[in-house]
Amino acid sequence: MSTATVRGVTGEEREDLTKEESRQIRRRSMRLLGTLLKPLRLRVIGTMVLVIISTASSVAGPALIAFGIDTALPAVLERADWMPTLGVGVLYLVTALAAATFMASYVVASARVSQAVLLDLRLRVFQHTQKLSLEFHESYTSGRIISRQTSDLDAIKQLLDEGISQLVNGILYMGFTFAALFLLDWTSGLVVVGSMVPLYFLTRWFQKRSQRMFRTSRVMSARVIVHFVESMTGIRAVKAFRKEKRNEKEFGRLVEDYRDINARTIQLFGIYEPGIIMIGNLAVAAVLLIGGFRVVEGHLEIGALLAALLYVRRFFDPMEEMAMFYNAYQSAAAALEKISGVLEEQPSVPDPVSPVDLWSAKGKVTFDEVTFAYNDETTVLPSFSLGIPAGQTIALVGSTGAGKSTLAKLISRFYDPSAGAVTLDDVDLRQLHPKDLRRAIVMVTQEAYLFSGTVADNIALGRPDATREEIVRAAVAVGAHGFIDGLPDGYDTDVNKRGGRVSAGQRQLISFARAFLADPAVLILDEATASLDIPSERLVQEALQTLLADRTAIIIAHRLSTVAIADRVLVMEHGRIVEDGTPADLIGGEGRFAQLHAAWRDSLV
Amino acid sequence: MSGIQATRKSNLNTVQAIWRIYPFAKHALPRISLGMIAALLGSVVALLIPMVLEKLVNGALAQRDPAEIWPAVAIVLGLGVVEAAMIALRRWFVLLPGTTVEAKMRNEIYRRLQDLPVAFHDRWPSGQLLSRMMQDLNMIRRWLSFGIVLLVVNVLTIVIGSVILFTWHWLLGTIFLVCAIPVWIYGYMFEKKYSIVARRSQDQAGDLATNVEEAVHGIRVLKAFGRGKHALEGFSVRAEGLRGVEIEKAKAIAGIWYWLILLPDIGFGLCLVAGIWLASQGQINVGELFAFFATAIVLRFPIESIGFLLSMTFDTRTAVDRVFEVLDEVNTITDPEHPETIESPQGRLEFDDVHFRFADSPERYPDLINGVNLVIEPGETMALVGLTGCGKTTLTSLTTRIYDVTGGAVRLDGVAVQNLTRGELRRNIAMAFEDATLFSASVRENVLLGREELDLDSDEAQRVLDEAIGVAQAQFVHDLPNGVDTTVGEEGLSLSGGQRQRLALARAVAAAPSVLVLDDPLSALDVDTEALVEAALRRVLASTTALIVAHRPSTVALADRVALMQDGRITDVGTHTELLGRNEHYRFVISSLEDEEKREREEALQ
Repeated sequence: MSTATVRGVTGEEREDLTKEESRQIRRRSMRLLGTLLKPLRLRVIGTMVLVIISTASSVAGPALIAFGIDTALPAVLERADWMPTLGVGVLYLVTALAAATFMASYVVASARVSQAVLLDLRLRVFQHTQKLSLEFHESYTSGRIISRQTSDLDAIKQLLDEGISQLVNGILYMGFTFAALFLLDWTSGLVVVGSMVPLYFLTRWFQKRSQRMFRTSRVMSARVIVHFVESMTGIRAVKAFRKEKRNEKEFGRLVEDYRDINARTIQLFGIYEPGIIMIGNLAVAAVLLIGGFRVVEGHLEIGALLAALLYVRRFFDPMEEMAMFYNAYQSAAAALEKISGVLEEQPSVPDPVSPVDLWSAKGKVTFDEVTFAYNDETTVLPSFSLGIPAGQTIALVGSTGAGKSTLAKLISRFYDPSAGAVTLDDVDLRQLHPKDLRRAIVMVTQEAYLFSGTVADNIALGRPDATREEIVRAAVAVGAHGFIDGLPDGYDTDVNKRGGRVSAGQRQLISFARAFLADPAVLILDEATASLDIPSERLVQEALQTLLADRTAIIIAHRLSTVAIADRVLVMEHGRIVEDGTPADLIGGEGRFAQLHAAWRDSLV
Repeated sequence: MSGIQATRKSNLNTVQAIWRIYPFAKHALPRISLGMIAALLGSVVALLIPMVLEKLVNGALAQRDPAEIWPAVAIVLGLGVVEAAMIALRRWFVLLPGTTVEAKMRNEIYRRLQDLPVAFHDRWPSGQLLSRMMQDLNMIRRWLSFGIVLLVVNVLTIVIGSVILFTWHWLLGTIFLVCAIPVWIYGYMFEKKYSIVARRSQDQAGDLATNVEEAVHGIRVLKAFGRGKHALEGFSVRAEGLRGVEIEKAKAIAGIWYWLILLPDIGFGLCLVAGIWLASQGQINVGELFAFFATAIVLRFPIESIGFLLSMTFDTRTAVDRVFEVLDEVNTITDPEHPETIESPQGRLEFDDVHFRFADSPERYPDLINGVNLVIEPGETMALVGLTGCGKTTLTSLTTRIYDVTGGAVRLDGVAVQNLTRGELRRNIAMAFEDATLFSASVRENVLLGREELDLDSDEAQRVLDEAIGVAQAQFVHDLPNGVDTTVGEEGLSLSGGQRQRLALARAVAAAPSVLVLDDPLSALDVDTEALVEAALRRVLASTTALIVAHRPSTVALADRVALMQDGRITDVGTHTELLGRNEHYRFVISSLEDEEKREREEALQ
């Protein structure tokens, strides 16, 4: 059986996993759990010790009562000796104190462990999704990643919060009780052992079914979240096109699917749990039956039978909790499977194993026999070579879909070439230290995303350690200072969710200021001025002229005004560079660019 | 970072607070009550079984009569079956209510959120909404089908058990009860302490979700600047914060557990000594003493579980508070009580002294839209030109009530837009936004979004689709893997900005509205495509009223007249040539020819 079928997030939503695949992803999630717990093993052991002591103390209670009635009471009645009574009373208080204290510290200690695991997992998933390449993000929706990091982590939190103490408590309690029973009457002990057989089969049955259902439940919950995130993000369009009613129906259907699978998992547990209780009660009846005959035959004392019966009964008491633990465990394991799938994804643009440092880049970019294809069938950029000397400003022109953005993304290493190499100062980008790469090459895109926080925070993303003066200087340079200064709190104005209060043009200015602040050796502008008005664009142009004087720049723009500041123009069509020259040469010629320029020139007033 | 951060706790007590879910849970109450009864019977049986065992063994079997064995076994077995059946019944009774209440509330939240105005969504981080919709509802479900049932049953069990304790001897019962008093006092204090941390923890979980969402949606920016580590640092500070609160929560729980374990045990110890004393006085016999403790021990688990159930209840209360913060939000943009309709839409759009300001805008600032007067006649195309941030997009948002005017009126064919239902209004006015949002659906569904009356597979739909694609020059869709049935949007193929913009334009055109409102619809298009789109758009616009936000002369060329906007006012209206001739600000905003000529002259000189 091929193991690639469920690698990473592939087949994540499939329900027809083979045994082998199912085992494989379960193993993967257990490995993840192992690595999460490993650094905490001392703490885990400490926590276990706390709960063992606490359980032992509370199990001691009934024993002390038995001692009180069997020994201390006769002593009082027969000899008026109060010492054993007082002794057992004091001892009881001591164990009570111990049980309470250790239980309370256990609660805190186990919260520490579970929170440490959750924190570790959260950070790992966050970091990993940041590392994964754009290609992954484009196919795996944001809603799914969000659901992995919220609702899936919640399932794990539930297990850690409520489950572990039940398990440890239960096992200990059952262990102690079983030992006591076996010492008292091993025949009854054997009956209990015998009851493990149906219990085993019941559990296997539950395990198989619940595993599948919980997996489906994770998928359904992700679907609900994906739809929710999408409609909330696009709420304007939803309203404008009256999609509300249709959305409600669609969402209602997803919610119903999710409800249904939830109900079925609960129902399954609703059979499992009473099943366990039933087995326990059958065992009690069996012990009574066998014990009854032994009593009649004189092989067993009446008192011993009663004690044995109570022990058997008590033995099954924690089973209910154990079953709940197992249920929570199945749910968490399904969540962990999904998360481990994301973590297993390898970035298609991996960090170099032995990175080459490039402390100060000059900005020479070379494409060496580069081909780029998403897959074997669709080649976006057929093989080409291109040299961009340091300091050159290039205008990249061509119709939509000609491959301009792809070329830009290769330079900024959002993608890696399928063949050939892209180099910066003769270092293959794949070898370059990511830190140096990102410092040297910055790309500004049309979509100017603002994070919640202040305007200053958003600009500072270009260089987090920048001072306020530097931030203001960057804003002044790109002509953004004027409007920022006019905002209610100036640079400290909160941009709200997705920059709600800032116009599209202003968002672009902010993201320009960001790039200006980053001060890279190579700057890529992909339609970065599309939403600007002409005066703003003029200011940006002027700023660019100073900014780009000593650095390499690749500018993609439909407004050919940008070409004015370019040293060289590349015209692309169907993934190929069809014209290459200085603006003056190309405008003077009769090629594609000359036509484009003439058309654009005509549109000006 | 979020305006909702301030920890709000409604002034209701816990019972009242949770009671607000009654409308959603009404239908479920009978089943939940039956579940409680089943659970109670189950625990009574569980209480009975040890006693019955004792009676049987010491009574019937003590005679060593084999004939007594089978009936005894039958009784025990019968009780065992009843116990298991009661547990199964309890689960079965509460199964449906729990999940249906959750689903009902989830649908209601979603319905409300879609209905609430954009201003609400601007204010609320989406992670907060998400965590309410998932986590908090999940909490409520578990409480309904588990927490409340066990809480009621365990409290009743404790009460019944205590009564039984009294029947053995009043003194022992009293000791046991007196020991329980501090638990109640502590429980009261616990509520106050715990509710605050619980609220903080749920809010922080919501903030964390917001953080996750932004990091995913802004992934391109983070990657472009290599700020993954920076984002991780911010995230980890928050995650650490959440961990701190969760541990604080655990400490509060540990506090109440401590007393819940300690006090009953102290009671046992005292009862043991007192019991022995009573026995020595001949007030109680050994069997009774034994029975007293047998009952008391059974009560231990219900008492201990109270701690966990209480914290769960308070968590639920917080969850309900958070959910109702969304549900109680007053919608300021609603359909009128007595809506008017427009019989035959002409498409006359009128702005009459329109004012708009955001509710939270400081007073020293003038209105964002500050007295706009503008009439767009049926069939006319009006370009809206002005500097970025002057209020153009906001003005267009007022037409379909994305925001509501704060003064004056926007009228469509003489009817104020507030007097129309939102459905009718938005059927008459279609918009294309600058950031073109596509939904996870096929190209066909996306383009025909505004035509819900059309059957997607009908010939008419196909005709509208083809025409819209033609106008928007979106023929590229035919080259997609499944043509117009290719899924796009988040769940599907990712398209370039220019491609998305063209589909958004096609969507607005396909809606065949009487008024088209386009916000810089061609910004991401290349020169060639732009020219083609313009030619096609001109045909459509010949018969449609249109308001087009424009930054470029090429877009302005589509318009019959141009309105110049400056600081929230329309300062001039006229044809492009008129304005170019008489208005200096207009030349400043729209003209780059001089720049270009100047540059060309300079180049020529060199």
